[in-house]
Formats: sequence, C-alpha cells, structure tokens
Amino acid sequence: MIHFVLLISRQGKVRLTKWYSPYTQKERTKVLRELSGVILTRGPKLCNFVEWRGYKVVYKRYASLYFCMCIDHEDNELEILEIIHHYVEILDRYFGSVCELDLIFNFHKAYYILDELLIAGELQESSKKTVARLIAAQDSLVEAAKEQRSSISNIIAQATK
Amino acid sequence: MNPFSSETRLRDMIRAIRACKTAAEERAVVRKECAAIRASINENDPDYRHRNIAKLMFIHMLGYPTHFGQMECLKLIASAEFPEKRIGYLGLMLLLDERQEVLMLVTNSLKQDLNHANQYIVGLALCALGNICSAEMARDLAPEVERLLQFRDPNTRKKAALCAIRIIKKVPDLAENFINPAAALLKEKHHGVLITGVQLCTDLCKVSPEALEHFRKKCTEGLVRTLKDVVNSPYAPEYDIAGITDPFLHIRLVRLLRVLGQGNADASDLMNDILAQVATKTESNKNAGNAILYECVETIMSIEDNGGLRVLAINILGRFLSNRDNNIRYVALNMLMKAITVDTQAVQRHRATILECVKDSDASIRKRALELVYLLVNESNVKPLTKELIEYLEVSDQEFKGDLTAKICSIIAKFSPEKIWYIDQMLKVLSEAGNFVKDEAWHALIVVISNASDLHGYSVRALYRAFQTSAEQETLVRVAVWCIGEYGDMLINNVALLDIENPITVTGSDAVDVVEVSIKRHTSDLTTKSMSLIALLKLSSRFPSCSERIRDIIIQNRGSLVLELQQRSIEFNSVIEKHQNIRSALVERMPVLDEATFIGRRAGSSPAIVPTSNSASLNLPNGVAKPPAAPLVDLLDLSSDDVPAPSSSGGGFLQDLLGGVDLLPGLNQTAISGTNEAPRTGTDILLDLLSIETSPTQSSSSITDILSSSQGDKSPVASLGEISSPPSLSTRATSAGADPMMDLLGGFSPNPPMPEDNGPVYPSIVAFESSSLRITFDFSKAPGNPQKTTILATFTNMSQSIYTDFIFQAAVPKFLQLHLDPASSNTLPASGNGSITQNLRVTNSQHGKKSLVMRMRIAYKFNNEDILEEGQINNFPRGL
Repeated sequence: MIHFVLLISRQGKVRLTKWYSPYTQKERTKVLRELSGVILTRGPKLCNFVEWRGYKVVYKRYASLYFCMCIDHEDNELEILEIIHHYVEILDRYFGSVCELDLIFNFHKAYYILDELLIAGELQESSKKTVARLIAAQDSLVEAAKEQRSSISNIIAQATK
Repeated sequence: MNPFSSETRLRDMIRAIRACKTAAEERAVVRKECAAIRASINENDPDYRHRNIAKLMFIHMLGYPTHFGQMECLKLIASAEFPEKRIGYLGLMLLLDERQEVLMLVTNSLKQDLNHANQYIVGLALCALGNICSAEMARDLAPEVERLLQFRDPNTRKKAALCAIRIIKKVPDLAENFINPAAALLKEKHHGVLITGVQLCTDLCKVSPEALEHFRKKCTEGLVRTLKDVVNSPYAPEYDIAGITDPFLHIRLVRLLRVLGQGNADASDLMNDILAQVATKTESNKNAGNAILYECVETIMSIEDNGGLRVLAINILGRFLSNRDNNIRYVALNMLMKAITVDTQAVQRHRATILECVKDSDASIRKRALELVYLLVNESNVKPLTKELIEYLEVSDQEFKGDLTAKICSIIAKFSPEKIWYIDQMLKVLSEAGNFVKDEAWHALIVVISNASDLHGYSVRALYRAFQTSAEQETLVRVAVWCIGEYGDMLINNVALLDIENPITVTGSDAVDVVEVSIKRHTSDLTTKSMSLIALLKLSSRFPSCSERIRDIIIQNRGSLVLELQQRSIEFNSVIEKHQNIRSALVERMPVLDEATFIGRRAGSSPAIVPTSNSASLNLPNGVAKPPAAPLVDLLDLSSDDVPAPSSSGGGFLQDLLGGVDLLPGLNQTAISGTNEAPRTGTDILLDLLSIETSPTQSSSSITDILSSSQGDKSPVASLGEISSPPSLSTRATSAGADPMMDLLGGFSPNPPMPEDNGPVYPSIVAFESSSLRITFDFSKAPGNPQKTTILATFTNMSQSIYTDFIFQAAVPKFLQLHLDPASSNTLPASGNGSITQNLRVTNSQHGKKSLVMRMRIAYKFNNEDILEEGQINNFPRGL
C-alpha cells in the first residue's frame, strides 16, 4: 500500500502531498522535512529507494521535480517506479509536455489526475487513455456548468438593465 | 456574477506568493489572503466558496493552518453542482484527515452522492471515501459500496473495489460481505476492474482466513487462466509498457497467487506452470519486466516447494545481483534475505557478489547487503567474511562505519571459534574504527581477555603494538590502557610468548609512555583519562623504577577541573608517596571478570552503560565515571570475598589509616554525599550523633567517619565490604576508595595557614573531661571574617594506658558549618605524656545571633577494648 505521495521540487518546495494513511499536520510537516533532506541530497546514480522509519520511499526525479511514494517493506519497489512513471506520462499528456509551473498553477488538476490513478493507496487504473478520458469528461462537466452560469448571469444582467 | 473572474483569483494569489523574496513576505501575503478568505466565509457567499477552497488548498500545501476552511468544504460537497462537489471533495481529502470530528458530518452527503445518478459524482464520493474514511463511516457506508461493486459502469466498480479495501482494513468484520462480490470481479475483462478486484481479494485474504479459503478453492484456476491470457496476450497499445501488456495486472495476479499458494500444495501445483512461464519468458531489459520477475521470484519462494522453480528463481536473483542497475541490485539483496530461509546454500553461492555490494557507493544497497551478510555468516565462513568486512572497514564512509562496526563486532562475538581469534579481530576493529565501537563491545573484549589467562601477555603486547599505530581510536586506547595497567609486567618481560609472536622489547617507561599519551591527549574523554590514572597507579607498583615519573604524571592531574580526576590523582599520589608497603596489595591484578554476569547484564533490558560519545562534562560524576569505577573497586580488593584480602598487616595498616580519618577535603563531599543512604542504615550510632540536623556536607563527612568506627572487632576490609551496596558503582568506588585515603591526604592541605592572633581573644574551654580523657578547645578567629572560627582541639590521655585508634568526631546544627582537619596522630600516649591536636574550622552563618553548639563522639581502643564516649559541648564562649 502507498502511504503517501509527495512531489518536491529540487529546492525543497512541496508541490503536491497526498496522504493515504492518517498523519497529523505536525507529522506531515516532519515527514516532509525529513524526507526532502534525505532524498534531495542523494546522488544521481544511486538507487531510487530510501529506507525510512521501517518503510521504503521510492522516488524518481523528473526534471526539477522529485516524485516520492512511501510504501510498506514488502511492497514491490520496481512496480512503484512504474506507477510514478505512469502518473508522469498521464500528466504529460494532459498538460502537453508538463513542467513544474503547470503543476504549481494547476495543482488541483494534478490532484484530480492522481485521484483517478490511486485510491486508498492502491492503483486504480493501468490505462493512461482511460484516465485521460475520465478527466476530460469531468473537465467538460465543469466547463458546461460554467457556461451555463455565465449565460444565466448574462440573462440576469440583460433583464436588470 | 461569475465566480471565476473577480477580486484576486487563485492564479493571482499563487503569483503573489511566488513573487515573495523572503519567508516573512510570504507569510504576510498568506496572512492577508487568509483574512480575505475568512471574511468571505463569514459573508457566506456561495459564489466565492469554490475559489476560497482552491486558495486554501494551496496555502495548506505551503504548511499554513487552514482548519477554518473545513466547514466550507462540507458546504461545497452539499451543493448540487458538479464543479462545487469536485473541489469540495478535493478540499475534504486535503484539508481533513480521518481523525477529525468534522468528518462525521460528511457521512450523509457521501451517502447521497453514492446514490447519485451522475456516475462522476458517485466516483468523487467513492474516491473521498476510499482515501479518508474512518471506521464509523466504513460501517455506515459499506452497503452502498457493496452495491456499487455491481454497478454497470466499470469505472465506478473499480473505485468501489478500492473503497472496499479501505473499509475492510478499518473494519475487518465487514470482510465477509465483500467475498462474493470480490470473487465476481475476478471474472471481469476490464483491466481497471480486474486490477482492483485482484487487489481487493488479496487484502480480503489478509484479514479473513475464510476469504482465503474461499478464493483458494473457487478462484485459483481462474486466476491462473487469467494470468496466462495476460502473459500471452497480443500487443495491446492501451496497456503496453516496454513490450509487456499491463505489468501492473501481471504483478497483482502473481501476488494474489502467492497468497493463495502459500501453505497449500494443491494450489501451488496449479500455478507452477504459469509461474515458470512468467519467470522464463519475461523480458528483463526494462524496469517493468524486472518488476514482474521480482514479484514472480517472491511468489516462487513463498509457495510450496517445487525444486525446479526455486532454482529458476535463485538464478534470476543471481542475474539481478550482477545487474548494473542499482535498483535491480537493491531488490535482489532484498529478495535474497527472504530466500535465505528457503535455501541457504543457494544464497551462499552469491556470497562474493553480496560482499561486493557491502562496498557499494549507495547507502541503501550497502545497508541491505550488510544485513544479508550478517545472515550469511556461520561457523564455517566467519573467518573469511570477517576478514573481508574488516578490510572494507578501512575504506568505508564515515557514516557507514557505525553500522559496519556494530555488525562486525556482533559477528565476531557470535561466531568466534577461539579466543585468540576473537581478540585479534576485535583489535583490528578497534584499530580501524575504535571510535565507532559501542561500549558493550569493548567491555566484552576486556572480559574475554581477563578470562583468557594464557593470552594475557599476548593481548597486552598486541594492544601495545596497535596503540603505536592507532592511538587516535578512543576505545582501543581504553582497552590498551586497561591491559597495560593489569598486565604491564607481561608486556616488558615477554611473558607467555606465543609461537606466532615476535618478541618485542618494551621497557617499563615505554609502557608508561602509552598511558601518559592517553591521559594527556586532549581528545581523550573522562573515561579514558580515569582508566589511565588507575593504570598509572598499577604501573607504579609493577615498575618501581618508573614510580617517580608516574607520580609526576599523576600530580599534574591534581588540578584537574574534573572532580573524578582530581580526587583520584590526589588519592593515588598519596598512595605512591606515603604508603609503599600497601601499594602492591592495593593494585593487585583484578580477579577474573565473570563472563556470565557480564553477558547477563548485557542481555538485561537496560545495561548500565553510558554512550561512548564524548559526553559533555555536565554529567560527569555519575555518568561517565561508571566504567572505570568497577576496576577501582576491585583494585582496592574491597568488593569480592573470593579475592585474597590484603594481608593482615596490610589490613591492620588500613585500620590505622582509618583511625586517623577525620574529614574529606571539601571537594570530595559532593561525591560522598551520594552514599548517605546506605551506610546510615547500617550504623545507628550515627543517627543519634546526627540528631542535631546537620547539613549534607557535614553528614557526609560524619558518615565516612562512621565507616571506620563501626568496625569493632571486624577486619576493616570486611566492614568496608558491608557498605558496598550503595546504588551506583561510582559512589561505591569513591566512598570505599576515599576512606582509607583520608589520612593519606596529609600531603594535601586545603586550609589556609593559621591566622595570626589579630582578632579578639577568646578563653579556652575544657570541652570534655572524664577520669581518663580531657579535651580542651582553643579558639582563634581570622580578622575580617567574624563568622569563621578555628578551634584547636587538644586531646590528653589521663589514664595509665595508651589509647590507639583514636578518633574524634563532631556534628553541628544546620546554621553551622564544620570542617575537621586531619588529627596530628591517632595514638594517644598514657599519663598525659603527650597529646593529639586537631583543627576544627567552624563557620557560623548566624554569627551574633546564635552561639556555637556541638555534639561529639570519641572512639578509641583501650587495652584492646573499644571505648566510645559521647557528649554535647554547650560551654562555648559567647560571640563565636
């Protein structure tokens, strides 16, 4: 099971956190500080796993961002690397060559996509296409609601003129 | 009005925050935003809610408190529209966790949304439930989730399946409701549903043996078929990763098969073929393929034995181990740890490679490999493995040395075939990484050396040589110093030379050099220095020729700021200077340390061992002093009965020494006060002596006196032995050690020279008078300090016989402070033919208000009979 997912920039800024196990706010801050200290200082050629408090943290760096997932000791680290890559590919397709800024300004989108990929710390979907389709469908629902609202407010505006 | 285009938008806020140059600036921006959001929340305007929560989520990610937005999330979730619900659920998952009370309020909304007609809204609710549901919510909403497992839309089914995992983890009792729906999911074709269904079954097996039995019976064949289909499926672009169709599904299927096959031969038989196929056919040039192989190997190792498959699996691990990719090597080491219980021989074959991994540059790999090597060690390979590890110790990273030395020491202790090998290896470790060796390890080494009587000479010579090259390793120095102290004579005489050794020429002064270096080195900590002092004392007797030089070194520590060192050096100096005749008895070789006790203590929950690190001088007296304290106790032969006590003459002398005991120098008192409890119980006489509440310092001094006066007809050593039960070793050592030294301290005179008679003159008094004894007090005061009085007590024997072992003791009330200087003698000639004098220094804190009062007790031997006289002195002149 994945206990949490973190996206940390090379400067140690947190870009996304998703907790599947209960951690208090205090613990979360501590975890973030500890792990960014460990992971950001590791050399480039080293393996992508860090043993930490009886768990394993699998991380992978894409450009300036570190994607980290914390898993149980008996979980398959190599598979987690695939899941991270899977997520990055979906982000890439969604944003069209994703960069850190996309994830900063559209952080909620990154969360939506993650929610289509993982629930309860387990993988939900192995098809990138399906995830993309589901996200697109929900985005269009939001767009439709927006348009409807703006047309209503236009009507109200005209009526009250 | 359009909620997406007014005031500061989310985007603007993020820009503003990113533009901040300092943390303070950022805090200000965030504070302003939070204030605006709170205001907006108070207005209860539904149009801005959406954006407020989005902002709060960003602020939350930066680590600021955002609890005030929690209720807004609930309102968004309760709204009818999809966009509001979407952000509301996201906020719920981000800003809350399962322990918050607020979460209970959302149960109802969740229930409604789980029954919503819009499948995306159902999906949102499932996602939130799966990520943060509590046990209560799990109970309330389990029926909804159960129903959704059969929902027509596959995307809802897969979400429901993962939700069910969360529910059964929170409430395992609910597992049985999900067994049948979960089994139905295994027949699905949709990969998402299949993946989540397999995962659900795996988790059900973990919480419910019933579920395991059910799936094993009903589903094993089906799962094997499904896996076969996936493995043999043609290219499917949607699921293809590196030429493999859906590795995620592969992995989950193999994992579920493992759970089903574990401990069941029939089920294991069913899956043998397909596992063999996966193990042989999977491409291992990409990570995805390796992930499957890894899972497959683990399954093969876990299910019931099939020789052929195991060989296959071990071979895969062998390939992994020699892979250039660090990740693959890491998982290989991980797997080999599990494989070792199944097939130790097969893992042993890879020993060389694993040893290489211990030397890897990657900390994660090194750690894994070291754990594995530790498991691989046995009686037959301990020698080469230890050799390798110790060689690596020389070049390893500093931060890895701690782990590495701990493991090496543990291996050596566990598997050493003979003592000489143990000593050799430990010496190597100490020379290489002595600073990382734990206290237990070097203590154990000393115990072993002490027990190997034929190796004493060998050990001390080896340590001497090691010291020449590695004097910077603290623990090596300690062991070396201890051994040189104990077996120094064997060092210079090449006693008990083994065939394998080359004789070395060491003079006594060379041996003293070693100890001198270690005591003078500024990096040596208190433990080392104390041990060195004791070693010096021992050497002063072993090498009489160096006695003078040793005394010089000891004297240099008389001014040490550390109480322990100061006290010891003063004591030892006196031993060397004045008491040659007991010295050799004092510093006899230690009795053989009891291995069983040591091991028992080590096995105990909290060994009384202090961390090796150079502890700050704050906790010196009771903390760091412990290890060297034990040698000191034994050194004085006070604690053990089986050791020959000092010969009777020596004992008598000790008794004499004790006779003269009067007072410790002030500096000892803190250390001594620790012994208050123990001796007091044993000595009732003291209690009434102390009936005038005395201050701690005085009571402590009186107590030390009691030690000698309670001896009666017992030998002094025995009576000292009795008090060897104080709580801590160090106090025991100090009290026992300090006592006999009292008189020895003659050379040390802390009191200022007698003041000239400038102050007011007070009449002398007769403090005590009986037919046989008279005590007179003469008073003098130092000018300018009226509180202080120096009393010169003169004792005169009026009887016809000589008094021996004469001791005068005194106690005063709290407002007074009393210092007794050593008496001029402890033998009082008969018929007033001479007298003993003794200085008492009294400080009266209530000078001018209260006058002096004192209780005293005199003990002496008269015709070999113990006499005890007590009395109170009230006739002090006024104004003292």
